[in-house]
Amino acid sequence: MTTPHAIDVRNLHKSFGDNHVLKGIDFTIDPGQVVCVIGPSGSGKSTLLRCVNMLERPTEGKVFVEGVELTDPDVDIDAVRRRIGMVFQQFNLFPHMTALQNVMISQQRVLKRSKKEAEIIARENLDKVGVGAKCAARPAELSGGQQQRVAIARALAMNPDLMLFDEPTSALDPELVGDVLMVMRKLAEEGMTMMVVTHEMGFAREVADRVVFMDGGVIVEEGTPAQVIGDPQHERTRAFLRRVLHPEG
Amino acid sequence: MKPSTVAEPGRARLSPRQKQRVTRIVQYVVLAIAAIGLVFYVDWPNLAQNFAKVEVARETLPELFTIALKNTVVYTLGGFILAFFFGLLFALMRMSQVAVYRWIATIYIEIFRGLPAVLIFIMITFLPVALPGFVLPFGIYGSVFLGLGVIGAAYQAEVFRAGLQAVPKGQTEAARSLGMSASRALFTVVVPQAVRIVIPPTTNQFVMLLKDSSLVLFLGVSSQYVELAKFGNDLASEHSNATPIMAAGITYLLVTIPLGYLARRLEKR
Repeated sequence: MTTPHAIDVRNLHKSFGDNHVLKGIDFTIDPGQVVCVIGPSGSGKSTLLRCVNMLERPTEGKVFVEGVELTDPDVDIDAVRRRIGMVFQQFNLFPHMTALQNVMISQQRVLKRSKKEAEIIARENLDKVGVGAKCAARPAELSGGQQQRVAIARALAMNPDLMLFDEPTSALDPELVGDVLMVMRKLAEEGMTMMVVTHEMGFAREVADRVVFMDGGVIVEEGTPAQVIGDPQHERTRAFLRRVLHPEG
Repeated sequence: MKPSTVAEPGRARLSPRQKQRVTRIVQYVVLAIAAIGLVFYVDWPNLAQNFAKVEVARETLPELFTIALKNTVVYTLGGFILAFFFGLLFALMRMSQVAVYRWIATIYIEIFRGLPAVLIFIMITFLPVALPGFVLPFGIYGSVFLGLGVIGAAYQAEVFRAGLQAVPKGQTEAARSLGMSASRALFTVVVPQAVRIVIPPTTNQFVMLLKDSSLVLFLGVSSQYVELAKFGNDLASEHSNATPIMAAGITYLLVTIPLGYLARRLEKR
């Protein structure tokens, strides 16, 4: 028996009322792979990512993570989510806690680690993402880039097998994007399995093993960065890349 | 300046500044007439005799503070604690997945926000008659806690509901994505933030309960249980003089005005 895919999505559909957002997605990520999902806004890429940890319930189709079917109503979704780190566009740090507490709380409450152990692991991860000096700060006292790195540390402290990134740099001031991308690049080099919805073409080109281009709720094309970004086969992909890479036309 | 707005020469029109001046003078004149009227037409010595008689005012001390204010504060705190916890409970029930809980909470809130507090207090006096053997803990205090708690919980539930809904959805999503169950996410992440959000309106609710504690007037309590309103009322009847009511009123304001100020300060933060 072969090892299961890290993420395996089969014939996934998602509708919000009459709005058919995902129209039959088939898609896999293997352990250790970094996959970037690109596409115009409204193409369904964030919804696809959110279906992978069931923040959105698919209307139809199946989602497997490490061989466990999440769309099975009897699955313990909380147990599966512990193994899936997620980073949000808006950071979603807990504003009533310090950076350190943000990284400790779910270790203590979910993994039942002792306070001492949780604090050691929290500090390690905050150091790793370069905000170790900000342990005592509240989210409101941090820049967007620092907040997002705390959010990454918070996810990493749970020792996830894979990480989901939902446009992690889209809400950042341009000069703060680099710090967050550097942390993500480091994670990729360490062999983390990553699914990244992003508009950062440079990051996708250099870090991704595979790039998936979505438009109108379907995967239009996928392949290596060199194929999809360097030599796109579909007109929709070319039009999108033209707009993203040369916004002034 | 645009030429069209300039008054035509030869036309006797007031400039905007002159108009403003005239308006202001009119306002001062009206004020002065009203003040002069008050000074000459009100019988000040008689008014003072009835509302601010020093000898009667002296009679209110020290019980005004040691009994009346103390009881007002105790009644309010007890009612507030009940209102706070049951308010949170009803707010959570109102947002429950279970429809029956939502109905119960909605019906409760609609009924007790819609009824005058006086009615609840009068009903409570009939409880021992209606339910023989039913005894509330803490005696009179328990009755007042119940009366204030029942009404306060209905209002506080709506305050909490607004607070819970004001916590961004991303907070729950982040907590769930870390593996927290729905209830753990609620109590670890959402409720603590909601409580902070509702501090200013809750302070206002506290002031409302403080004023409603005056309904003890309808319970017919003995002198050791009186609070400010009943204390003032009893002494006023005794002396046939309104000074004790004034004293009680001023004592309420000593508490309510700083609390109102505090609520506005907290709202700004």
